[in-house]
This record gives sequence, C-alpha cells and structure tokens, in this order.
Amino acid sequence: MSKMLMKGNEAIAEAAIRAGCKLFFGYPITPQTELSEYMAKQMPKRGGLCLQAESEIAAINMVLGATASGARAITSSSSPGISLKSEGISYIAGSDLPCVIVNVQRGGPGLGGIQPAQSDYNQATKAPGHGDLHLIVLAPASVQEMASLTGLAFDLADQYRMPAMILADGALGQMMEPVDFEERTPRELPEKTWACCGHGNKREHNIINSLYIQPNVLEDIVKERFKRYEEVEKNEVMYEEYMCDDADIVIVAYGITARIAKSAVKEARAMGVKAGLFRCITLYPFPAKELEKLSHKVKRFVSVEMNMGQMVNDVKVATDCRVPVTHCGRTGGVIPTVKEITEEIMRLSAKKEG
Amino acid sequence: MASILLAGFGGQGILFAGKQLVSAGMNAGKEVSWLPSYGPEMRGGTCNCSVNIEDDPVGSPLVTEPDILVAFNKPSYEKFYKSVKKGGRVFIDSSLIDSKCERTDITAEYIPATSLADISGFAKLANVVMLGYIIKKTGLFTKDYFVSCLKASAPKSKPELAELNLKAFEIGYSYDD
Repeated sequence: MSKMLMKGNEAIAEAAIRAGCKLFFGYPITPQTELSEYMAKQMPKRGGLCLQAESEIAAINMVLGATASGARAITSSSSPGISLKSEGISYIAGSDLPCVIVNVQRGGPGLGGIQPAQSDYNQATKAPGHGDLHLIVLAPASVQEMASLTGLAFDLADQYRMPAMILADGALGQMMEPVDFEERTPRELPEKTWACCGHGNKREHNIINSLYIQPNVLEDIVKERFKRYEEVEKNEVMYEEYMCDDADIVIVAYGITARIAKSAVKEARAMGVKAGLFRCITLYPFPAKELEKLSHKVKRFVSVEMNMGQMVNDVKVATDCRVPVTHCGRTGGVIPTVKEITEEIMRLSAKKEG
Repeated sequence: MASILLAGFGGQGILFAGKQLVSAGMNAGKEVSWLPSYGPEMRGGTCNCSVNIEDDPVGSPLVTEPDILVAFNKPSYEKFYKSVKKGGRVFIDSSLIDSKCERTDITAEYIPATSLADISGFAKLANVVMLGYIIKKTGLFTKDYFVSCLKASAPKSKPELAELNLKAFEIGYSYDD
C-alpha cells in the first residue's frame, strides 16, 4: 500500500481499527480531538462503535466493561482528561484487563494550555492510578510510529493482560506526515478464557473484579501481577541508539523531543563534539539496562524533555549516577528548538569535569 | 530541500497551501512534515503552518528559521520576516501587505495574490495563486508535476474544484512582476 498523508491523531485511530478494535469510547479535548472525529466517521462504516461519553470517567469505565467481555477497546484524551480517567485505569489494571489508552499530552498542571508537552511522564510511568501497578507506555516519535505502536499496544495489552498507553503530545497529534499501514504481523495471543462473554451453561462463569478484602489474598494477586511485569521488563524494552558508539555526551529523549535532539546531535557533531542520542521507545518498561551499559563509556547524559525534568530521574537511577545526568527542556507548551539543545550540548562539552 | 513557513489569517487557506506542498513532496519521495498552529488563533486570528520537505528524515516539525516565508498578512510578515534564513526568500501578498522588505540578505518576492484572485473571480483562491508563483520562482517542483498533484488533491466528487485550482495556479505561475 502506498503512503498516506495523515495527522498523528488520525493515524492512531486508523491503526486501532486495523488492529481489530471495534470499540472507541471518548470525550473530546484539544489537541486529541481528530482521533475521536476519525473514529466517529469510520467506526460505523467498518462494523464498529464510536461513542462520545458524557465524561472522561464514563468513557474509561465503558472501556472497562467492553474489555471485560473480551473485546479490543480504546479511549483517548489529553492530559487533564487522562487525570480524570485515572480511577478507571487503576480498576482496569486491578482487574487484569487489556486496553489501549491514548494521551496526546498538552501543557499542565490543571487545564494548563493546549500546546504540546511531555509533563505527564511521571503520571504515565509512576502513578497512572492508585495502587501498585504499571501500564505499558509507548512513546511514538513520528506519525508512522503513532500507527505502528498502536497496533503493538493492542498486542502487548492482550499478551500481558494489562493496559497499554500511547504517550504522544500535541505536535505529534496535530502534524501530518506520510504513514504506511503496511501489513503488521500480529502476535500469537492467548485465548481470552477469562472474558465475561456468556458461558452458555457450558463452563464456570468468569468474574472480573478488583476487590479483594483479605490482605493476604490481595498481596498474592499483586505479587502474581508483578511477575508478569517482570516478563514485560525482560522482553519488551524498545529503544534506538544514534551515534552512541563513540559519544561523550548522550542525549536521552523520547517522542517529539527525540527527533529535535537528533538534529542537535548532528549539529554538535558538525562542530566536532561527540554527541549521541538514546531514544526510549518504551517508557515502561524503561530501557534501564541499556542505559546502564552506556554509562560505562560516556562522560555525561542530558535528558531532553518538554517538562521541568521528569525522565531525568529515571536516567539517574538506571545509571546509578555514574556520570553527571542533567536535564534540558522547555515546559508549558513550548517546543525546544534544535538551536537550544545544540547550545546546551556545546556548553556542557566545554565544561571541565571534576 | 526547504523549510517553509506559511502565515496569515485563519480562512486564507494557509493550511491547504501547506498541505499541497507536503503532498507533492511526499509523492516525489521526499521526507516531509506539516504542522499547523492549532490554538485559538485559528478562529479568525493569525494562522500559520510549518512545512518541511527534505532529503533526510525531518527533525523538528516546527519551522523556526524558514528557508521560505510565505506571508498573507502584515502581522505575520512583521512577526516572521526576521527569522528567515540568510539567503532565503520571502513571498509577500502585496495586496494585503504594504511593507517593502528591508533585509538585503534575503530575496523578497511580491505578488498581489488576493486581488489577482478576486478580479479573476476566484476569491478565496489567493492561496493557490500564491502556490503558482512560489513554484515558478523557487522551482521546488516542476510545473507539470505540481499541477498533477494539485489536480489529484480535489475530491473525486467535485472535479470542478480541481479546475478552479488549476486556473488559479496558472494566474500565479504566469504572473509577471
């Protein structure tokens, strides 16, 4: 199939439909709305359902119900809306249900602004809801990846019975780039024997629940779940290295900032500074082992983010602070320029260590 | 090849013009990106759109130092002309912008796109008139190739739109300054 010019938001919607998702529940919010709009146009034509709920909270609980029946379901929103969904996200995780949640981030806190941001990193990777839990968090950096990671998110969610989040931002959602919906090879997935979809008196009924009154029972269930998280951490880490082999300064970034940082790395190299880029594609599982390995041969890390410094702490932990790890970024909806990042690389490279 | 910033008022077809350039770039096998301003300024205020057409994968989709600036109103011209790269170009709709570019390190191109569109009965197609002029002056794409892309962009149910666009494009392309 030839390439199509599409907005990132639309690419996610199309990829979800192609992944066999028939159910979208959402509530409009800038800069994510094209996703719901696309679903509203396409789902009825393609045997699916797009439902605009009365609120974000309703939408996420509809996802819970739909996925409990074994169907693939998706919801999308932007930062303030994701906060509203956090209760439902925790219930879905606590019920061991798969689903895909899209966050096209905008500036925060509060209603914040509507321009692109990455300030929900901590929320997505640390506390997407209450309780001991993780989401799989995927960070696309192009419209093409908005599509390909959405397909993957559904597979991962089903394979590990846990919610997966696409953590994008307003720029990726709004921009158009060519996208190729090449035939994706879906994973072989276990049958959903746990689904509440009618037992026809032929088997025991299934129960989907997140309430366990006995502490020891709940503890066992949480521990069991964390064994699955270990599998995710072992098998599903994704990242990309660019010019890291001989690099002195390595930028760690994800999403839209990673591609801006890549241009900065090229400029710094042109000025004789050995810079490199480590792009995280999965934020949970975080590529900690790979960064640890890198920390033995580089002189410093710079975490470039569109926030006040969130992922920088994960880089510090992963590398055991073996070398200096600093943050560079803009917040509030401001996209850093190639020039700003290049200047930071040049400033740091001129700095004498020790 | 080029980073392009198109800027004007909402409703002038800035985003459409940008999309035509990106679409032509994509079909020619280039790496492209298109990023609109999507803030409240869309509703009647200033509107702009960042376009990248490159040989290598596009880094930042946001154009802060354009090779080519296309200005459809005075506030946008004044806001952005200083950011144009040395050796770059600025395209000015001279029916809406009375300023003359004072920079000597960039090339300024003037075309009264809006009035040309109006007097030819193609009101609202100043954007396509401008595209014709841009393609002629920059040679970003050959005329035949760009025209074929422009034609293909019209919905099949409305072939008359394609005809109007081609006529407007021709006005800009053949404009003799």
